[in-house]
Order: sequence, then C-alpha cells, then structure tokens
Amino acid sequence: MNILASAYAAVMNLPERPMRWAQGRLRHGRLGWVFVAPNLAVFGLFSFLPIVIDLVYAGTGGSQLLPSERPYVGVENFASLLDCTNHFDPNTCTRDLFWHGIWNTLRFVVFQVGLMLGFSLLTALVLNRKIMGRGFFRAMFFYPVLLSPVVVALIWKWILQREGVLNAGFMAVGASPVNWLLDANWAFFWSVFISIWAHMGFYTLILLAGLQAIPAEIHEAAAMDATPPLRHFRRITWPLLMPSVLVVFVLGLIRAVQMFDEIYVLTGGGPGTATTFIVQYIYKTGFADGVRQYGLAAAASLLLASVLLVLTLLQLKGQRAKNG
Amino acid sequence: MANMLTATRGRGRWDWTDWAAHLYLLAGVLVMFGPVAWLGLSSLKSETGLNAFPPTLLPYEAATVAVEGRGKLRLYTIDTGDLAGRQLAEIRRVGIQAQMVDPKMPDIIIRVPVEGRTPVMQMRLATENYTSLFGRFDFFRYFWNSSFITIVATILTLLVNSMSAFALSKYRFSGREPVFLIMLATLMIPPTIVLVPNYLIAAQLGLTNSLWGVIWPGVATPTGVFLLRQYMLTLPDELLEAARMDNASEWRIYWRIVLPLSAPALAVLAIFSVMWRWNDFLWPMVVLARSEVYTLPLALNSFQGELTTQWNFLLAMTVMTLLPVTIIFAFLQKYITQGIASAGVK
Repeated sequence: MNILASAYAAVMNLPERPMRWAQGRLRHGRLGWVFVAPNLAVFGLFSFLPIVIDLVYAGTGGSQLLPSERPYVGVENFASLLDCTNHFDPNTCTRDLFWHGIWNTLRFVVFQVGLMLGFSLLTALVLNRKIMGRGFFRAMFFYPVLLSPVVVALIWKWILQREGVLNAGFMAVGASPVNWLLDANWAFFWSVFISIWAHMGFYTLILLAGLQAIPAEIHEAAAMDATPPLRHFRRITWPLLMPSVLVVFVLGLIRAVQMFDEIYVLTGGGPGTATTFIVQYIYKTGFADGVRQYGLAAAASLLLASVLLVLTLLQLKGQRAKNG
Repeated sequence: MANMLTATRGRGRWDWTDWAAHLYLLAGVLVMFGPVAWLGLSSLKSETGLNAFPPTLLPYEAATVAVEGRGKLRLYTIDTGDLAGRQLAEIRRVGIQAQMVDPKMPDIIIRVPVEGRTPVMQMRLATENYTSLFGRFDFFRYFWNSSFITIVATILTLLVNSMSAFALSKYRFSGREPVFLIMLATLMIPPTIVLVPNYLIAAQLGLTNSLWGVIWPGVATPTGVFLLRQYMLTLPDELLEAARMDNASEWRIYWRIVLPLSAPALAVLAIFSVMWRWNDFLWPMVVLARSEVYTLPLALNSFQGELTTQWNFLLAMTVMTLLPVTIIFAFLQKYITQGIASAGVK
C-alpha cells in the first residue's frame, strides 16, 4: 500500500513544475482553462467534431472512409431513408430494415420502459419495508446490472434453447416445447423481458433512494390522521417520489431507444427482422455489411440523435423540477 | 397490497402483506439469480450431461466401465427378465437388441432388449470444461485486455473529469458557465450517434486495433464532471485560501486537498466507470477487429458465433467472464449499491 501511495504521489507531482510555471504566467482565472483543457480536448475530439463529421458523412455517398474522397450527394441519404409508399409498412420502404428498426424500437420502448418502471417501483416499495436480509435482496436485484451484455445474452440463450431448462419445465407440466427465439413474437417478448432483467436493478436503487429520502415525519403524520393506505400512497408517497420516477423514466427511455448489445448477441436481430432495432441498423449499415455505407449510417444516426435530443431536454427539465 | 404501498413498517406480528413481500422477494431471487446459478451448474456438466433432456439439476453423466479387451463401455442396469437388477456394459446395439457383457465375465455376450434397461448415472464435475478451455481460448489475454482498458480508462476518467470539475467549481473565469453547459450538452451525444465519425478519428490517429482506441473516446464523461462538480461545490473555499497562504501551488491544492476530500464522489464515478468499461460492447466491436486485442465480451461473442453447439466450453467461458465481476461485487456490494443510490438522489 505504501508503494502505491508513493507511486501515486510521484506521478501526481510530475505536473507540479509546468503547472507552477503556468500559474506564474497566467492570471488566476485563466488557470481554470488549463484545468478544463484535457476534458475539453477529449470532448471536442470524440463528441463535437464527430457531430460535424456526421453531417459531412450524411451529405456524401460512396464507401470511402475519408470524407475528402466521398462524392457530395446532398440530402440523398436522408431521402432514401425516409422514402416509403406507406410509412407504417416497412416493406414498402426503400430502406425497409431502417423502418423495421424504427417500428421495433418504438414497440420495444413502449413495453420495456413501462414494464421496467412498474417492476422497479414495486421492488423498491417492497425493499423499503423493514425486511430481514434487505441488503441481500437489494444485492440480488442489482446483480444482473453488473453483467456484461454478452454474458446476459448467453445465460438466456442457454435457458431458452430448444432443449433448455425452460422447455423441460414446460413439458413437465404437460405443455409442448416452444422454439422461443425462432418465433417472432416470443423473440420480441424475451428481448423485452431480458432487457428488464438486466437493467431494472439500477432503476430500483434510484427509486429506493428516492423513497428513503421522504422524511419519516410525513408518513407518521399521515398515519396519525389514519389515512387509508391507498390514499397515503397516491397523495403522499407518489407525489414525493415523482422527481425520482421522472429521472428513472427518462434515463430508461434514453437507454431503451439505444438498445442493442444483449439483443444482438441473443437473436442477431431475428427471426427475420423481429428484434432488429435502430442501433443495429446503424451498426450493420456502417460496419457489418459487405459494402460499408457510412453515409446512410450517419444519416440514420442524426435522425436518432434528434430523437435523443428531445428526450435529453426532457431529462434536464425533470432534473430541474427535482432540484428546484 | 395496501400496507406495502405506504411502506409503513409493521412490528411484531406478520400480516399478509409481509407474506406477500417476502414471497415477491423470494420469487425475485429465483428470477434474478436462478439463471446465473443454472449457468454455473450447467458449466460443470459433461457433454453427455448437457445433451440430456430433460436436464438434471446436478451434473450427472452416464457411467462407463473399462472391460478387458473391449475398452470403455457404458454401464446399464437391467430392469426386466431373469437378469433384473444386474449391471451390464453395452458392446453395441443391433436394432432393438443390445449386446451386453458382465464386466467381470467379458467373454459371455448377453442379448438384452433395449427398452428393458436404464443407463447407470453417476455424479461428476466436468472440470475439464475449464481446464481444456485455456488451451482453446486465450482467456488470460482477453482478461488482461479487458482489465487494462477498465483500469487505465477509469484512472484517466477520474483524473480528467476531476481536474475540470475542480476548475468549474472553485475558479471564477469568464468561460466557466459556457464550458459547463457545453459539457452537459454532450449528454445528448451518446456514443451510438457518433459511431461512424469516431471510427474515422480513431483510424486517423492510428488507434484502431489498439486498446487505447477503446479507452480515449469515453474518458470525458458529462456525468462524471457533473457529479464531481456538485460535490466539490460543497467543499469550503476557506480550505483553499488557507493552503494558498502557505504558498501551495494550485496543482498541489487540487491533488493534495480537493481530491482526497472528494473521495466519496470519486468512488461513485469509479464504480460507474468500471461498470461501463468492463461491459462495453459496441464501440470495442467497431474499433477492435483483430482477435488478439479482443476484450472478454468480444471474445465471448465471437466464440459463441463459431461454436454454437459446443455448449460445454461456451458455458465455462461465460462463467469465467462473469466470475471477476461477481467476486468484486460480493465484497463491495454494500458500497456499490449505496454509491449508485447516492448518485441517483443528487
């Protein structure tokens, strides 16, 4: 431990001289820029510059990586992505996979976010009671959050395979086995289920913290007035928990719109296009297909970005409501 | 239900809401941890045990016996006829008849109907799933790659974010508000949006197929800056003034005073960073194409694509991948859950 501490001190002493030099030359306020510079450099290089390059890619065609070698095509990428005879039927679209992705993502978001919020809230309420081994149960619900998406997918693939334990259970009670991941509706169901399984622990923790932040006196006052329990929840717990619920809702929404990892490993987007989501379209178009269509991928990214922008603004508004 | 909703803590006797709550929690443990436990149990089964349907809970496999002059044969118990109760070894199957021998009398071949016998099962932990794994699969290399990325990226994230949080909370300068707003704005630019351009930038910097290519893009996190800045705002400015009186440099004030005092917030960011990095998938998949630089999740993913039928190795590998995280969590469970909860409240 002592070695670690002295190594740490030695490393942290390295910038001492240049920083002292800067301190001597710059006014106090200017030194602030020196401290934020590394962060701004990384942000600039990997967040802001990429947005500009995204615009360049979206306006150019071809499969070259270097923007200078790419022919200008105007809004052709966007036009081709948005070109449909009937937008509600992906099969009538030029880029049918993109639209399958959009509608699947939308469907997924509605079910996943709603159900996850419900289960997280229920779990948080149960865990907020005086219960023996509460820490253990809290840890159990949180544990899957730590697992890598590939591990999550493989765990469930093993359970859901045709000769898996779930089908064995089904046959034990006399039902016939199901090809869970080869049936479009079931594959979609399991996508929703597994993503809730893998992420709900995180949201449960936030809601639980929100519940514990409600002052006990308020509950006691309500108990003194003999408030019926349901009304107690509706009039006291729920409104006071609202800011946390909002945070969970928007965070969950932003995450769900970008769902990719677990489902990609589990189903590969199939059967057919049943579990192909919008991020998988971007990945596939830009990196996995034989011809890498960076322009289309960038245009699709920008369309996704505009949706996320709205969601993030919602989140900031929610955060403000919570803090103010 | 009613009581459960209001979180009134009953003392003394259990009413039905207590039963419902405990039932819910037990079901929860089964659903949340059961699949992982099942994976662990299955990973210790031999190939024949894995192919058995319906599966057994514990790792059983068909017993074999070495018979003189005939090698290893499968052992069966005879259910019907004169031989009922005896254990015989199967030489071969011919239609619905099986040619069997008593292991002690290897010369006398006995014909037995196939339906009239059951295989003898014995429990055995198929540790060869793990031991032979290391020959087929470069676990330590992938483990090292994943660990290197996680540790280096977390250190850099803590350093870079805390430096800027320090300036944003303790200095007054003209650019302070715009800089903070710009950093918050990057919340709206998740990595999936900038996948293509980041690939270009990484390629131009020569970072493709390099662990640094995975590390750098995620080092500046708006969440981290925000979390640390909020915490540092609560540190009294008088401490800094006192240090300046003693002629301490600004850099020294940052790392000798502000950093140690921000330890709780740094710990929370470290937890988040480790979680993000260890489990990261899409960006590493884009930037790392050669298998020697694969992280554990990437290696596992490519392995499962190649060997869908070789579940015995795949399961053992999955267990090896989740084991480090599980061990760390078992020890730091309390701090991790509390840390994340505290970040959520802010």
